[in-house]
Amino acid sequence: MPRLASVADLEALRERLRTAADAGRARIAVCTGTACHAYGCEAVADAFERAVAERGLAGTLAVRRTGCHGFCERGTWVAVHPEDTCYDRVDPADAGRIVDAVAAGAVAEDLVYADPVSGARIARAADIPFYRRQQRTVLGPNRWLDPGDIEDYVRGGGYAALARVLSGMRPEEVIAAVGAAGLRGRGGAGFPTGAKWEAARRAGGAPKWVVVNCDEGDPGAYMDRSLMEGNPHAVLEGLAIGAYAVGARGGVMYVRWEYPLATRNADRAIVQAREYGLLGERVLGTDFAFDVRVHRGAGAFVSGEETAMLAAIEGRPGEPSLKYVYPAERGLHGKPTVINNVETWANVPLIVERGPTWFGSLGTARSKGTKIFSLVGKVNNTGLVEVPMGMTLRELVYDVGGGIPRGRRFKALQIGGPSGGIVGEEALDTPVDFEALTAIGAMMGSGGIVVMDDTTCVVAAVRDLVAFCHDEVCGKCVPGREGMRLLRGWMDDICAGRADASVLARVPDVTEVMREASLCALCVTATNPVQTSLRYFSAEYAAHVEGRRCPAKVCPDLLEYRISAQKCDVACTACLQNCPTEGAILGRKGTRKQIDQEKCVKCGVCIEVCPTRFTAVAKFSGEPVPKAFRTVPA
Amino acid sequence: MTAATVGLEIDGRAVTVPADATVLGAAQAAGIEVPTLCWHEKVAVYGGCRLCVVEVEGRAGPRLVVACGYPVAEGLRVRTRSPRVDRTRRTILELTAPLVTDDACLKGKLRRFAEEYGADAGRFAAGAVPDPTGCTLCGLCVHTCAEVVGAQAIGFAGRGMDRQVVYFPDAGCEYRSCKKCFSVCFTGKIARESAATVFPGASIREWLAAHGVAVHSLRAFMERRR
Repeated sequence: MPRLASVADLEALRERLRTAADAGRARIAVCTGTACHAYGCEAVADAFERAVAERGLAGTLAVRRTGCHGFCERGTWVAVHPEDTCYDRVDPADAGRIVDAVAAGAVAEDLVYADPVSGARIARAADIPFYRRQQRTVLGPNRWLDPGDIEDYVRGGGYAALARVLSGMRPEEVIAAVGAAGLRGRGGAGFPTGAKWEAARRAGGAPKWVVVNCDEGDPGAYMDRSLMEGNPHAVLEGLAIGAYAVGARGGVMYVRWEYPLATRNADRAIVQAREYGLLGERVLGTDFAFDVRVHRGAGAFVSGEETAMLAAIEGRPGEPSLKYVYPAERGLHGKPTVINNVETWANVPLIVERGPTWFGSLGTARSKGTKIFSLVGKVNNTGLVEVPMGMTLRELVYDVGGGIPRGRRFKALQIGGPSGGIVGEEALDTPVDFEALTAIGAMMGSGGIVVMDDTTCVVAAVRDLVAFCHDEVCGKCVPGREGMRLLRGWMDDICAGRADASVLARVPDVTEVMREASLCALCVTATNPVQTSLRYFSAEYAAHVEGRRCPAKVCPDLLEYRISAQKCDVACTACLQNCPTEGAILGRKGTRKQIDQEKCVKCGVCIEVCPTRFTAVAKFSGEPVPKAFRTVPA
Repeated sequence: MTAATVGLEIDGRAVTVPADATVLGAAQAAGIEVPTLCWHEKVAVYGGCRLCVVEVEGRAGPRLVVACGYPVAEGLRVRTRSPRVDRTRRTILELTAPLVTDDACLKGKLRRFAEEYGADAGRFAAGAVPDPTGCTLCGLCVHTCAEVVGAQAIGFAGRGMDRQVVYFPDAGCEYRSCKKCFSVCFTGKIARESAATVFPGASIREWLAAHGVAVHSLRAFMERRR
């Protein structure tokens, strides 16, 4: 492919791709996102390719390995376009029948998506509850796009926004459009993107830089990963538009080492864009020159912080530094630098193409557009969802997420990762909106949502989040390092029943100094889970501290496993055989079993292996023990 | 450029300083003491101890910033003492103190500040730092060695709770005649422990060995570092 030397060349290529003989082929899109890889999607895609080849259907049917379709709960996910017929939990053995059905213009009825809530078979994506309430403006192309093929992206309209910018918009107009759209940073803080670009444009110094922050590290979050894996050209196009707007010549995609697929796809996208003349000197024959490289992050959560990221790119330890002068004025190598999150960059081509008015029509008064969330935890439809700003958390959990599995009760929702908040039922009617989420003590964060049901101990969940931040802080500043050290120790103590009221009394002093005086946002916001949970779940803390009990029966040190003398079957030895601790279960075949509380390590294996027809083992945490469960002296 | 000045207000007093000054520099020029631990006039701003927090007026109301790194601006209003500032400084000192519970270390300015702000050195001591080293990780020795001496014989190793100061024996340290790091160490740890050898037990070799990293590449690493 020769370099595209002009905007007309790009449009000619697009026209050629759209009218090519094979352009009208039906397309079997196999999700090869990270979650579907765990299901074995590559074997599924291989099976489809074989089935198509065996039937000699390559001229009418194309098999595509795409990025994440979002419905990770039901992978391997396969969508057939243009009808958008969905098949869930696809096995390589199903490929032949699906191919036959597609070739016959039909649907393999018994293999199409089965809704886990209603049990109904639903063929069309638009009718599936999980997708129905979503608005997948950014994630949408993931469902048909081959991320390794730039021509696929161009065929679908790719790089038209860059072409429009280069052929007819002044940089100031681009910034004005992004500003007018109301785009705010998707990395968490919600800083107005237009203002950031404007500051970098006005700042003196050259060369300027643009940077993609793909150091997504919140546990359970994979929005940026899926975009970078599934649609890297959209990120690259947004980055190029931003570079043109602020006057940058160089770009860096900081992708974390732990995302090998995202790294590879970003690399490939850059190489292809160079080949096609969309990067390099004289992009599309204009005076705009811009090139990008991928920087692999070396595995530090804190490197997602802007100043730490710049230090890491420069080859220094990924540690934050004072940020009173923003990177937009003094950033990479001391030059003006715009750092935006993956999702923010991917929104930029859409704003250019469809206009700021369209973008501004989505969302709330101050939070515009859509937001991608990874919806995980105790929810029926786990996956990657994109909804308009303003949707309530309740709609996210119940309408998109399909509610709580196994008829259990909603208890808490964690939003914004370890820097976000844990809020209770009473906060569920809060809309997805930067200010509204901050008001309930949480934050948008990068978009991780973990749903918890009534089997979750909120205190233990907070302990885990605090432990995560404890392990990830850089250790440079005193409030962050020593504050996290104390919080970690206290949370461990609370979960172990070792803490008294004086601990809870000292927590606010430490969280306050961390919020007031930490060097960077990591340790400021690391206090959010503690503060919000103390607000929404104070009774649960009190139970752990004053009552030495864990109401959800999760914290091992506050539990006792006991066996009912009435229900235990003398002939069964399941618990005896599976207990990992020598002598912790008293008794033998022919007698009823008991647990020696001194020796029990509270692993819970006995409760798992006790046959359901007996269910003789139960957990107790502070409540009165019925007579049948009391240990009889041997 | 450097001739330009700005006027700001510190604790109600009008102060005029060079435009590239920090709030700390402006306060010092006005004779107002702002407590610092990790700051030193001869090395670049680090901003780790956080003790020099002051209150500045922002658009969203007053907020705390560290004076050592906050740039002055025309019309900026600064308060170096307020209940909020004092409370924050007190807690920072209480968090710092358990690192140096050894009474010999809690001396000099650290002790003076603790008394001034009513910090209870034992308030967070229980269970806080498993093994107080006498080092607050202020970084003054690291930065003095690199920026004043030019030797880069001292550095940080480890992240987060594992962060520690390590010594690079191959870096050409002339500590017997230099001792610049001795004098900036306000807990006195370096001078006290360094009678026979500097940083006993904290050389990069020992650190790498303890962390299972091969030492054979150390010389090449040091070469690159220069």
